[in-house]
Amino acid sequence: MPIGLEEVFETAEMILFENYDIRAVTLGVNLKDLVHPDPHRLAQAANQRLSKLGSRLAAEAQAVSESLGVPIVNKRLSITPAAWLIEPCPDKEAPLILAQALDEAAQKAGIDFVGGFGAWVQKGATKADRRLMESLPQALGSTQRLCGFLNLATTRAGMNLDAIARLGELLLEMSSAAPRGIACAKFVAFANAPEDNPFMAGAFHGPGEADAALNVGISGPGVVRGVVERHPDCDLTMLSEIIRRTVFKITRAGELVGRELASRLGVEFGVVDISLAPTTAIGDSVGRILQAMGLEQVGAPGTTAALALLIDAVKKGGSMASGRVGGLSGTFIPVSEDLGMIEAVECGALGLEKLEAMTAVCSVGLDMFAVPGDTPSHALAAIIADELAIGMVNHKTTGVRVVPVPGLTAGDSVDFGGLLGRAPVMKVNPFSGERFIRRGGCLPAPLSALRN
Amino acid sequence: MPAERVFVVVLGADQKGIIARTSTLLYEKGANIEDVQQKIMDGTFVMTLLADVSDCNCDTAGLRDSLEDLGAQMGLTVMVQAESVIKAMQRV
Repeated sequence: MPIGLEEVFETAEMILFENYDIRAVTLGVNLKDLVHPDPHRLAQAANQRLSKLGSRLAAEAQAVSESLGVPIVNKRLSITPAAWLIEPCPDKEAPLILAQALDEAAQKAGIDFVGGFGAWVQKGATKADRRLMESLPQALGSTQRLCGFLNLATTRAGMNLDAIARLGELLLEMSSAAPRGIACAKFVAFANAPEDNPFMAGAFHGPGEADAALNVGISGPGVVRGVVERHPDCDLTMLSEIIRRTVFKITRAGELVGRELASRLGVEFGVVDISLAPTTAIGDSVGRILQAMGLEQVGAPGTTAALALLIDAVKKGGSMASGRVGGLSGTFIPVSEDLGMIEAVECGALGLEKLEAMTAVCSVGLDMFAVPGDTPSHALAAIIADELAIGMVNHKTTGVRVVPVPGLTAGDSVDFGGLLGRAPVMKVNPFSGERFIRRGGCLPAPLSALRN
Repeated sequence: MPAERVFVVVLGADQKGIIARTSTLLYEKGANIEDVQQKIMDGTFVMTLLADVSDCNCDTAGLRDSLEDLGAQMGLTVMVQAESVIKAMQRV
């Protein structure tokens, strides 16, 4: 059946008026073969490999975008978790030497972010893991394009409270290591971190991956908002159907772009991450989708249910469209990067507690929210523990990207600039969980892990 | 992969010469128009042209630039997209 004018127009409309684009093409790169006791040799080899692959990625992504007529916004690299690379380097400076080299490679190649400066410490930390953790404030504070992560909990292993308590302290150091706490925006704490996630700050190239794999993150909040707004009165069963159809279409385009780019680069095609990833562009907002569904503001009663419907429809539509759906594949609800979310916090409709409840049905967690600069480290640790417990118990990924902003208090606002957006500083519950956090130890894995 | 066939989408206020100028430009670039559809949607002129560009004397990016320039002269929005993208989205 020939393609009709309305069908062509629908696709054009998504790109022209609804901000549809390929949000990120992220090339995961294995660096395990470069480990060396001399951190300078490791750093130099990593820099060379990433500069070369990054330049090719940037050039080919541009060419694919021009050839297919689909915008590709961000070109990124993710690497083998850096803590594994510095295992043989006893030098305390090793992680910093590597961090500088990674940042420089990204800059040289015209890549906006390189992810993977992180470690897996859900059950315990090796000496190298600890060296990397301790380097985070300086490494992320002194670089522009480097992103870090820690995996602090899994459903199979439980949650490492000792590491989380220390992370609370490190986050405060990180927040004062660069203006406006911006280094914290480049770091995410995970439960059940996915190994093929194309989105920053949490992207890394996991141990089950090939030498290189291209992962694609699509972005369609504007498209989904448009279609929900065009159906203001249908019931929720029908609305789910409409969202599924729409996400199917945008995922198919994402897969096509990913496969084409992977083939040009001569690497494996990894996954399409079907997450709805908002930007601060007007209309490109998950908050606005929830409002179009019938909520006065995000945070109103009904928000968690509306989000559950949205995510379910996104996953079903996306899974039908591509056999390679992976990564986070949920809905991002970053406060600072979504105008609907910003507005909801500013008008008092949305607080931290409701945001946490929303993440119970949303894979991505508490994302890009600012808290007062004087928030105690144990409170930061406890917020992270709460959020990761949701992921650990419910067999899902959750993450926390929290920015304590020095000198600011609840009600203030901080502008991070660019894609990171503007965050209203949110109030933190003043009652303390310090004694709980100071106990340390591990939260045991939920019983559902013992299924063999 | 230079796309074999592309859809050219033209949107904007109806006026004389849209089809003539667009198709002339495509001819000059060596494209072969295989299908044209056009209608007024909500008061806006919408046209899609399906063109085989395998014998074009420029790449898709060059063709897009020329068509966008023409669109700018006429106050129209012009988009060029590979047929493969539309097919992936609209056909299972």
